[in-house]
Amino acid sequence: MSDLATASLPAKQPDGALAHAAYVLRSNPVTLLAFSMFAVLLVAAILGPALVPYDPMASNAAQALQPPSFDHWFGTDNLGRDVLSRVVVATRLDLVISVAAVALSFLIGSILGSIAGYWGGWIDSVLNRLFDTIMAFPLFVLAMGIVAALGNTVENIVYATAVINIPFYARLVRAEVNIRRDAGFAQAAKLAGNSDIRVLAVHIFPNALPPMMVQVSLNLGWAILNAAGLSFIGLGVRPPTAEWGIMVAEGANFIVSGEWWLAIFPGLALMFAVFTFNLLGDGLRDIVDPRQRT
Amino acid sequence: MSLLSIKDLKVSFKTRRGDVDAVRGVSLDVAKGEVLGIVGESGSGKSVTSYALMRLLESNGRVTGGALSYGGIDLGTVKESVMRDLRGREISMIFQNPRAALNPIRKVGHQIEDVLRRHSRATRSNARAEAIKALEAVRIRNAEARYSAYPFELSGGMCQRIVIALALACDPKLLIADEPTTGLDITTQKAVMDLIVDLIAERGMSAIVITHDLGLAAQYCDRIAVMKDGEVVEEGQAERLFAAPRHAYTRKLVDATPRAGASVRSLLPSELRTAAPVLAKATAPLLEVRDLVKTYQGKSGPVQAVKGISFAVKKGQSVGLVGESGCGKSTTSAILVRLADPTSGEILFNGEDLAKTPAKDFARDPRRARIQMVFQDATDSFNPRHTARHSIGEPLARLSGLSRKKRQDRIDELADLVGLPRPLLDRFPHQLSGGQKARVGIARAIAVDPEFLILDEPTAALDVSIQAIVLNLLVDLRAKLGISYLFVSHDLHVVRLLCDHVIVMRDGEIVEEGPADRVMEAPTHPYTRELLAAAPTPPALAEPTFSAAE
Repeated sequence: MSDLATASLPAKQPDGALAHAAYVLRSNPVTLLAFSMFAVLLVAAILGPALVPYDPMASNAAQALQPPSFDHWFGTDNLGRDVLSRVVVATRLDLVISVAAVALSFLIGSILGSIAGYWGGWIDSVLNRLFDTIMAFPLFVLAMGIVAALGNTVENIVYATAVINIPFYARLVRAEVNIRRDAGFAQAAKLAGNSDIRVLAVHIFPNALPPMMVQVSLNLGWAILNAAGLSFIGLGVRPPTAEWGIMVAEGANFIVSGEWWLAIFPGLALMFAVFTFNLLGDGLRDIVDPRQRT
Repeated sequence: MSLLSIKDLKVSFKTRRGDVDAVRGVSLDVAKGEVLGIVGESGSGKSVTSYALMRLLESNGRVTGGALSYGGIDLGTVKESVMRDLRGREISMIFQNPRAALNPIRKVGHQIEDVLRRHSRATRSNARAEAIKALEAVRIRNAEARYSAYPFELSGGMCQRIVIALALACDPKLLIADEPTTGLDITTQKAVMDLIVDLIAERGMSAIVITHDLGLAAQYCDRIAVMKDGEVVEEGQAERLFAAPRHAYTRKLVDATPRAGASVRSLLPSELRTAAPVLAKATAPLLEVRDLVKTYQGKSGPVQAVKGISFAVKKGQSVGLVGESGCGKSTTSAILVRLADPTSGEILFNGEDLAKTPAKDFARDPRRARIQMVFQDATDSFNPRHTARHSIGEPLARLSGLSRKKRQDRIDELADLVGLPRPLLDRFPHQLSGGQKARVGIARAIAVDPEFLILDEPTAALDVSIQAIVLNLLVDLRAKLGISYLFVSHDLHVVRLLCDHVIVMRDGEIVEEGPADRVMEAPTHPYTRELLAAAPTPPALAEPTFSAAE
């Protein structure tokens, strides 16, 4: 009877996804900070070229290698380009590379991992050995190899970063799917007339999302570092494109002669982005998990 | 002079929705050598009371008032280091889930040694011998060999014995047993409870037995305190509580406890009792199982889970399938509902052999809607990401071919039919209580008008008063919709309330079968008799006039 008693209470609770997101942000200041930092990155990526004070590509020999000043907050580089403008404009390219790479590995990893976890058997064994093989390589060297073999373009950086990340998603999804394969709700879904593929895609896979979100956000930061790292060693994005990795690489030559601002500011931007994504994970998980709603 | 005295204990928990008072002014005394039973339904604060006196509350819980005194020591203010000495040596606890209470990666013997050495009951040199002695004390045969077993190698009942051995290793004066037999088979439950009570009497200890089962408490406790919403509503001798409950809530609990001689309606509080529905006589056969065999490939050769069973269910009939864990009843129901394939045998449903369609293709079979199931674990059987409305609508969307609008109407209609308030339809499973989830599960199963419904222990996880309501709901639905049931359960008393025909299974075989009354009154197989004897017998059994007078 106590169920009737609770039922008669007014069932008034903020249940919407937005209200829940608001609650998660309110209850955890770190998540709020992470989301504000993410908003800064998004604004820079979307509106960057419209906001910056100078054309990031315009060189001005008269203004070369100026230290940070009121006119050039982050100083200028060896060709007299404004470092602040270049750092802000580079956000778009770095975010696009990392988001595209993570989305690709999320998609492929989810599909392969779901198949391995749900059907098991020989498919599972074959896929697992494949992931083991990828993970057996030093991942950065593998990425270098892929870019070198496929050609030095931005798309190939995305593919390379995606390939080396697939095993992490696939294994996570495999484990999450595997423990729910025989769960009551999966059986109930079969009784309701769902085919195996529908049970997997509609009922089991979405339950793997909360831990996946943590992985995605950590991975975004990692993918940015990876892309910047490839550019740093001269693969992928080429000068004069504004990109954090190249800017650090070019700036590194000037550190010994005292022009520290060339490398420091893009490096700080890189750190800011990675830090943001690492902080974002837990908050994202709480938002996509309906069990956090009470 | 009482050994333990709790005066006006108050405990509250900090939650997202503000402070929740779990215990509101509980006063209890336990005398030396006495066994006190604390009975209550989930959320009554019975476990919190015991955790508070062990000072083991979760981090968001706080004792906000009252006094706890144990043999003159004030448990509320004493230092944590003193408390650590008391736990295990003076006051000891048996937990609800024995497997969770044991460390899974350590040998059970070592775990007992830890306790002995922590309280200086053994030294490095004699710890092993003392641990084996402790195992023998809980009547574990071949204790020497069990010493080096890991918890996963032992059965549930054996694990609970180990936990008891742990709890009693240092000769505590007070034992707190928190639902010590939940999740155990009924014959194991009897063995474990008999053991606990024997050991307590042998050593002159006091005990607090916390349980939701009034019948169990009545059988094993000297005195019973009934708790509700953080308060003790009534306290007294078991016989007195059953014969003349003073508080309305105690009366409700007494009524709802299934016992011999009770009808399904008499489980309800008197104001809710309506005339029992008239059930049509079952005649035509609906389902016929012939020589069903299921063999699994085990590590050491094939294991026969079901060994060639045959039985029949008539249209509109309710058949009970009874047995303990591992008897093959779950395998049988999974095969009948076509989630698993039998190794051999026929399942004739309206004359057609369902076994011919493999389980993996049955989801798309036109007969899918005809056979549905209510799952045992209501929490596990709902997708945590779907609202109740979504879950009930799922079979309708896939199997009924109704339009979206019609489906919504049907969901509302089903909610009314199972007595689920409509606003609750938009909640997620974790926002519903056990009883509400059971209703949603039933609504989902009957959504597509099945002819045959398999009920897999649908009330096993529910409080008795909720169980009473759900059982009555099932009886009403059967009368209203003419569905045939296969009711799978371990509890003969519950089965008798709902079923016309009973099948008793053991080790994959049917040992006894017959009309429910006959099997209950005059069981022919010794195993059936054992099952019946193991069920707790509430005192009301001794006075059949009491339930008849209702």
